[in-house]
Amino acid sequence: MTRFVERHPAWALIVIIAIAVMLWLIFAVWPPGLEEAIGRKRVFLNALFNGITLGGLYFLVASGFTLIFGLMRNVNLAHGSLYLFGGYVGYAISASTGSWILSFIVAFILTALVGVLLQVLVFRRMEGQDLRQTMVTIGLSIVFADLMLWACGGDFYQIQTPSWLIGPIELPLLTAIKSSGEPVYLRYPLVRLVILLASVIIGVAMWLALNRTRIGMIIRAGVDDRDILAATGVRIQIVFVLVFALGAGLAGIAGVVGGTFQSLSPGEDIRFLLASLVVVIVGGMGSIPGAALGALIIGLAEQLGSVYIPTYAIVVTFLIMVLVLAVRPQGLLARR
Amino acid sequence: MLKGSLGLIALSSLLLSGTAFAQEKIKVGVTATLEGTYTVLGEDGIRGFQTALNVLGKKVGDKELEFVIASTDATPDSAVRAVRKLIEQDKVQILLSPLSGDEGIAVKNFAKTHPELTFVNAASGAQETTYVDPAPNFFRYNMDGAQWQVGLGKYAYDEKKYRKIATVGEDYSFIYTQVFGLVLEFCGAGGQVTNRQWVPLGTKDFASVIAALPDDVDAIYLGLGGADAVNFLNQYQQAGGKAHLMGGSIMIDQTILSSKGNAKSALVGTLAASGQADTWENPSWQKFVKDYQDAFPPNKRFPSPSLLATNYYGSTMALILALRQVNGDLSNNQAKYKEALAKIELDAPNGKIKLDSNRQAIGTNFVTEVVDDGKGALFSKVVKVIPNVNQTLGYDPAVFAKIGLPSRTVPECKKY
Repeated sequence: MTRFVERHPAWALIVIIAIAVMLWLIFAVWPPGLEEAIGRKRVFLNALFNGITLGGLYFLVASGFTLIFGLMRNVNLAHGSLYLFGGYVGYAISASTGSWILSFIVAFILTALVGVLLQVLVFRRMEGQDLRQTMVTIGLSIVFADLMLWACGGDFYQIQTPSWLIGPIELPLLTAIKSSGEPVYLRYPLVRLVILLASVIIGVAMWLALNRTRIGMIIRAGVDDRDILAATGVRIQIVFVLVFALGAGLAGIAGVVGGTFQSLSPGEDIRFLLASLVVVIVGGMGSIPGAALGALIIGLAEQLGSVYIPTYAIVVTFLIMVLVLAVRPQGLLARR
Repeated sequence: MLKGSLGLIALSSLLLSGTAFAQEKIKVGVTATLEGTYTVLGEDGIRGFQTALNVLGKKVGDKELEFVIASTDATPDSAVRAVRKLIEQDKVQILLSPLSGDEGIAVKNFAKTHPELTFVNAASGAQETTYVDPAPNFFRYNMDGAQWQVGLGKYAYDEKKYRKIATVGEDYSFIYTQVFGLVLEFCGAGGQVTNRQWVPLGTKDFASVIAALPDDVDAIYLGLGGADAVNFLNQYQQAGGKAHLMGGSIMIDQTILSSKGNAKSALVGTLAASGQADTWENPSWQKFVKDYQDAFPPNKRFPSPSLLATNYYGSTMALILALRQVNGDLSNNQAKYKEALAKIELDAPNGKIKLDSNRQAIGTNFVTEVVDDGKGALFSKVVKVIPNVNQTLGYDPAVFAKIGLPSRTVPECKKY
């Protein structure tokens, strides 16, 4: 941090000013002139929170994707199918048992199993052949999509939000002050906050597991040099299977989350695959903090874009990707 | 040698029998949105199409109709790709296509490059398709989005006393056309449309759109369909939304009213208008509903046909009945068939339909309100029936032309 400030004092100043402006926008009551120029504060705050919570969902999908890529150099283009599969499993469980929490657990386990099967039956046979693996995963994603269409139809499924999560809560953030002097606070859907919290917890847990545990150390070593790690006697295949299972399971969990606050239908697999591709390209392939940053940026860009420049909202995401590719092709937080 | 010549004979007899069969058959290509946001709409469209085949049969004189179905995803290029594949690879002679608004405009333009073939619109409802530079071989037996909103604005103003409304709609031609019809009538009656929000087709996260909805309006009009509508309602419920709602023709439709989950309950009491009403008493509508219900097991269909099923049914009906009138004669670039199509008057389930000089339907429209049948199923209940709705919505064609084509900002909120 201090080194960054010493090396780039101008940039550091800009960042500090940006943060200060952001904090002021969030906490201050907006003067009428500003409200006229860019709309009500309630809209801005909502878009901001929505961007962050949507980023949480993107992070859940993209972290598994980036983890698998980081260790195995395997671009798993069937990752979106795992997301959708997890969502359908979650729907089936929550519809039959009524338990939202249970649907997460079962979705995680089943998608992790699919991930293990993929690794053992498919990827192990073509280790190190990047192009072949990529082509095979594209093929698999098409097959999976058709199988799921066959099994679940083209209908939209929504996982029932548990009753204690339905509806908005009031956050201690002022949006306006009524003429009577009574403050108006921001009302925000509770379920999105819970989902954000969950993805933060998962993110932190993953970071800790990677950086503070023995298995994490093995995985990091594998990312750096697979062959040497294998030569030191670590059973690298088991590590691969574990990582693949974890990455796939996270996609499954994300499917349940996505099915709860959006909906599940054919085509969602491609959408989330694309989203996680953009997220990891922006954040840096193989980096967990990169996935978090990328997810946050893309989520914010989508939501703020949809409010302030609705016509071009779709373009913003890709503009960011193009910009990152042009300025820092390895991604914002990638290691060299 | 012997083996070779035997093979040749077998092959040529196969080819001969093939051509003999081909003469007996008339090939029809069908497209529907079986992928993407509008999957459910496409599936029910196909159900309507199959119901029509069950009722009418596949025989035309001594010829048999053969159908090839292709899938699209509601984008214009997917529709053109599907239609081109049907024509070039499957050699179809007649097309029943497409389902969605933007697709309609693209397919109409494509139809001009194949003047020898006949295109019967399946369900698309953008105004431009038949209003601007229509293709002589493109026939539309369903009304357009603006016709489907006739009656809604007035009813909302006079009966519900709404004075100010805002709209949220998907950003493409069909919804432009729907909002066009609504705004024209509501503002004509004296109402105000304060805000029009447009979201891309396939939007999943509506939270910010919902936050940006104005508070100071009497009702919010939703011009969404398929997965977008379901997502919107779900998130609307999570955000604790309570405003009065009004709905477009594919928003208040069985595709949404019978979706899973309880978010749709926000729609009870919603005012809407469409080319059909689920609970209409008319015997030919009731017969159609029964035919539809009998054709599919309850878990493979909606409780009652959606607007898409009705449109596909009507279009298929026109396609087959006109073909029977000319006894399957498709000679001379299908000239006789096209003439029959232009003249035919349909006794469709949702009222009488005839075509105007642009080959665009003049039909019956329904203002409806969503009701709960007591068992948790939602239906659109008819509150007003308006017969003989034409494409210029009863305006003098010269006046109508001055309003401009439906877009994000057209028409202005004023009396024309």
